[in-house]
Amino acid sequence: MDLLRAEHITKRYGDRTILKDVSVRLEEGELVSLLGLSGSGKTTLFHVLSGLIPPEEGRVLLNGEDVTAKPGKVSYMLQKDLLLAHKKVIDNVALPLLLAGRKKKEARKEAAPYFEDFGLAGTEMLYPAQLSGGMRQRAAFLRTYLSAVAASGEHRLKGAQMPSGAALLDEPFSALDTITKSQMHDWYLDVMEKISLSTLFITHDIDEAIVLSDRIYILTGSPGEIRDEIRILPERRERRDFNMTGEFLAYKKQIRDILERQQTQ
Amino acid sequence: MSERSGSITSKLPAAAALLLLIFFWWLLCASGAVPSYMLPSPVDVARAFVNDFSNLMYHAGTTLQEAAYGLVIGVVLAFAIATVMDRFLILDRAFSPLLVISQTIPTIAIAPLLVLWMGFGMAPKITLVVITTFFPIAVGLLEGYRSVDPDAVDLLRAMGANRRQIFRHVKFPASLPYFFSGLKISASYAIVGAVIAEWLGGFEGLGVYMTRVKKAYAFDRMFAVIILIVVISLLLMGLVDLIRRAAMPYANIKN
Repeated sequence: MDLLRAEHITKRYGDRTILKDVSVRLEEGELVSLLGLSGSGKTTLFHVLSGLIPPEEGRVLLNGEDVTAKPGKVSYMLQKDLLLAHKKVIDNVALPLLLAGRKKKEARKEAAPYFEDFGLAGTEMLYPAQLSGGMRQRAAFLRTYLSAVAASGEHRLKGAQMPSGAALLDEPFSALDTITKSQMHDWYLDVMEKISLSTLFITHDIDEAIVLSDRIYILTGSPGEIRDEIRILPERRERRDFNMTGEFLAYKKQIRDILERQQTQ
Repeated sequence: MSERSGSITSKLPAAAALLLLIFFWWLLCASGAVPSYMLPSPVDVARAFVNDFSNLMYHAGTTLQEAAYGLVIGVVLAFAIATVMDRFLILDRAFSPLLVISQTIPTIAIAPLLVLWMGFGMAPKITLVVITTFFPIAVGLLEGYRSVDPDAVDLLRAMGANRRQIFRHVKFPASLPYFFSGLKISASYAIVGAVIAEWLGGFEGLGVYMTRVKKAYAFDRMFAVIILIVVISLLLMGLVDLIRRAAMPYANIKN
């Protein structure tokens, strides 16, 4: 069953159409990427999916419930890590729980067990300014996960049967240097095994999209439209050196052809 | 900022410059270039300060009390006005110009009016302090609220935060550095405001003391009270810095 569905989304600003009849879906436990060149309306689509802005046409469904223009249901990691400088890392991460009505102490207690798995052990009482770029990103990702937990009310760490909620990640790794980035890719696949969060993420990096996704949507043009959908067949646990294989290159060529055909049209 | 004011060595040039200035002042008086009834020497001023110490402290107590009450009321008023103006755009449009106009009214001109309306007690002094202090704080807070990263607001909205939560977790913290810059300016305004109000009518306070020693042509004591006012203002500004550091421990973190 689809966890998250966007149906026929059209978004206009004044007389400029940003998105035209865009439909995407995210199944439970899936990692799906939205690949597109800049200006194709990827971030606008995420703003619509998260409920931050209303679309002119179409609707967003979460577990069958209409959540169009209702923020707080779909977890959203924006392009910047946006860790709040005045809060300690633990309080940044626990913020969604606090906003959902938990007391500060309870929220901290609930967030603390995840620090180990997210590679953040020992950073609880530091301020964000004291973290490296990769750590900031992991902290922001943990906050996003806890935001999904707060929205669905369920913790799913270790022995997870069911995914807990849907998360949107807007270019989560683009600000990192190449080495940190590939380490983060491995880490991301590992941690997704543990928490089984369903995510839809934006990227403009073809390699990243192939390595990290079960499916890839290709969004191109202005106004942005879904041009193609590609399923990546090998299982995620076989992905570690996937980008050294011929199969990987075949996917890459296929995607590049689609993007180039789009540009010459 | 912490790097610049942190170490003792960084403060040496300022201390040296101050001592040099006092030395030239003393030289000017000791050489007889300026008669002592026009400019008392630093030694005379120090002597006057010591001799009249208890009297100075008594008047300083009154002035500090007026300044403190006025500053507290000013902060509360500024917070209320800035927060309401930030929340309702229409109020912002309506009152922004009035706020600015209120600051162009010369304090010297309204102080006698306040005395006329409220008498010779503390009320007109406190009122004048409120008028002079609330503006820098209100403007600082308004600017601070607006300095908030709109993406941070989006993040909180995406987490389902309501307006109050967004204010508490994002907007208010963003305004703190601006608030403290405003408060620092206001702390020095508060003392000067209280002194001006006392100067123009009252029975006690450093401003009253000033008018008395001026009438007696006791310039040594005049200088002593001026220096006392400077010291009190500096101490207050230092106190504001201490509070800022305690309220914003994250601001002094070095990576």
